Amino acid sequence: MAFFDRLKAGLQKTKEALIGQVNTVMSVFRKIDDELFDELEEALILGDVGVTTSTRLVEELRRRARQRGLKNGNELLPLLKELVAERLGDGIAPLNLNEGGLTVILVVGVNGVGKTTTIGKLARHLQEDRGLKVILAAADTFRAAAIDQLKVWGERAGAEVVAGPEGSDPAAVAFDGVKVARERGADVLIVDTAGRLHNKAHLMDELGKIARVLGREVPGAPHETLLVLDATTGQNALQQTKLFRETVPVTGIALTKLDGTAKGGVVVAITDTEQVPVKFIGVGERLDDLQPFDPKQFAEALFAE
Amino acid sequence: MFESLQERLQEAFKRLRGKGKLTESDVNEALREVRLALLEADVNFRVVKSFVNRVKERAIGQEVLETLNPAQMVIKIVYEELVALMGGENVGLNMADRPPTIIMLCGLQGAGKTTHAAKLALKLKKEGKKPLLVAADVYRPAAIKQLEVLGSQVGVPVYSEGDQVSPVDIAARAVEHAAQERRDVIIVDTAGRLTIDDELMAELQQIKERLKPHDTLLVLDAMIGQDAVTTAEHFHGKLGIDGVILTKLDGDTRGGAALSVREVTGRPIKFVGVGEKLDALEPFHPDRMASRILGMGDVLTLIEKAQEQVDRKQAEEMAKKMLKAQFDFEDFLEQLRALQRMGPLQDILKMLPGVGAQLKDINVDEKELKHVEAIILSMTPKERRNPDIINVRRRERIARGSGRPIAEVHRLIKQFEQARKMMKQLGGMEKMMKRGKMPRLPGGGFGGLFGRR
Repeated sequence: MAFFDRLKAGLQKTKEALIGQVNTVMSVFRKIDDELFDELEEALILGDVGVTTSTRLVEELRRRARQRGLKNGNELLPLLKELVAERLGDGIAPLNLNEGGLTVILVVGVNGVGKTTTIGKLARHLQEDRGLKVILAAADTFRAAAIDQLKVWGERAGAEVVAGPEGSDPAAVAFDGVKVARERGADVLIVDTAGRLHNKAHLMDELGKIARVLGREVPGAPHETLLVLDATTGQNALQQTKLFRETVPVTGIALTKLDGTAKGGVVVAITDTEQVPVKFIGVGERLDDLQPFDPKQFAEALFAE
Repeated sequence: MFESLQERLQEAFKRLRGKGKLTESDVNEALREVRLALLEADVNFRVVKSFVNRVKERAIGQEVLETLNPAQMVIKIVYEELVALMGGENVGLNMADRPPTIIMLCGLQGAGKTTHAAKLALKLKKEGKKPLLVAADVYRPAAIKQLEVLGSQVGVPVYSEGDQVSPVDIAARAVEHAAQERRDVIIVDTAGRLTIDDELMAELQQIKERLKPHDTLLVLDAMIGQDAVTTAEHFHGKLGIDGVILTKLDGDTRGGAALSVREVTGRPIKFVGVGEKLDALEPFHPDRMASRILGMGDVLTLIEKAQEQVDRKQAEEMAKKMLKAQFDFEDFLEQLRALQRMGPLQDILKMLPGVGAQLKDINVDEKELKHVEAIILSMTPKERRNPDIINVRRRERIARGSGRPIAEVHRLIKQFEQARKMMKQLGGMEKMMKRGKMPRLPGGGFGGLFGRR
């Protein structure tokens, strides 16, 4: 269970932060009353789960506690675990691969969430763990030195990087990426894009164009559009998911920086309201610090004693 | 479901406003909405709690409930408490009595340190300083290259020693280098780090001990959630910060972090980053921010922005012309360009009172401005100065010249004429105002109350 241990270690801080509070509430022998529910709601809000989802969760918790005739405060925690796990979906959501053809993965997100780093880790995972040949396309032609950054990660992961000059048309780089991937007989093309705030219409249009070009060159592409979210982000992550989905068909979320003090609870709200599965979590800066997201293990590690 | 903080708060107050007399439960109900609005905006849970209590204490006092317009009094209290929460007034950089001034930036990964090091350098350069950027992020791939590129974009030298040297030594030698080169402000960019990473936090402490910076700034992403407080507390506890730069405020975040960090660290937000361009850095004004949050607009910042772009004398002349309806296409073109220099139109409009919330779903197409410009540029100078001579044949030529459909040319000229007419009326109104008859501005409410502060 090396993976589980590592997941747990990475999530330790998350657990301590979120569950520390829940446990304080639970550890004392208490009766189930309004105050207890309020404190649970507070703990969820402090974990960035958000007011709306926290309120809903606690309402559901009340209902089920009543149904089951629970009397002791310490019976509520297992029930809350169950509820959160339910919200996170069932089972590991696999990466969408284009069996027998070139798979195109488009990676998008706002500035500074860790797109390029996640791509480096993902490339290593696909090449080493799954034996696929990966090509990277540096379509972040806007941010200074973004191309160099991707090249370093490409080298570390052993994947060739296709790049154009800084400031060039990102859709053209994506196009070249497809061409090179085909020439090299690669299995997967991962396209890095510039960070963009989701409320900037012209930048979102540019992203739409990249996706369209990919779709024109490879049928069904992008097969996977990963939205990278920073676990320190609060409720704005919901808005990010919503608006990116309006432009590109987001098929999965990569949640990064879960090894800090941030709680990442906003994914509970996201899977609940946007129905986009979390597929990966980033738990460190090493090349192998990207883990598949397993809702049950995530919830378990989150609530483990 | 996802309205802005502004909208939520206005909704909460609208209910109060309809009432002549307020009961304690009216206030409580409104404050419950305020609480939810703040929580959804990612203001820290504990900060919200104490904030709402403070407002409640003041709002339920006798003098408020019995005033003539209790609703406005409550809004005023919220406004004042918001301003107080964010620290009252703008605080600038701590500058050394004897140069060089040393500024150190720190923060989590991806907060925007490198970009804001360059923005800060550009700002200082514009103020006549001679800054030096120091590349002390030796961990993130290509971080040094990024700073070097940004440095050349803003025309500020960058000191770097590659990524194989300890950041502590780089920073220390950079100070010597600055002395030789007579640079008077040193801005040190450090690697992003987690607050629980003891090793890297110790490295920051060492840099700080060696350099004794005059200003240690925490760079914080405005979209951060409840963790804002933990992050700020940890950086402050382990390092001692003097202020905060809040970045990415041009997103649609409701900026709850802005309301939390000052409360928990006692340190002010000094600057906010409002765009990807390197001049998109603004001083932080708590009172203006509170106005923006409450949907009262930020006319002061707007005026300052305009002043940066328009020469005062020119502006006065222009205003005179406008009011006399002598305004022509040449003036229009000049204004159009000044407007474009002020930044994205959408951001500018948001600063107008009452416009922000209404604008949230509308996209202002910057291209349209370009089209207008093209049409005007296809007019002869004579046509620009005497719009009245532009007949149908001239219009056809202008349409061909600018590559725009003729309907667009018609529309522009028509709008221009209407605008001229409106300005003439405004001219009349100005005289009226001078005689003491203030016309009521539409959508008032807030404006009337706070305009007199």
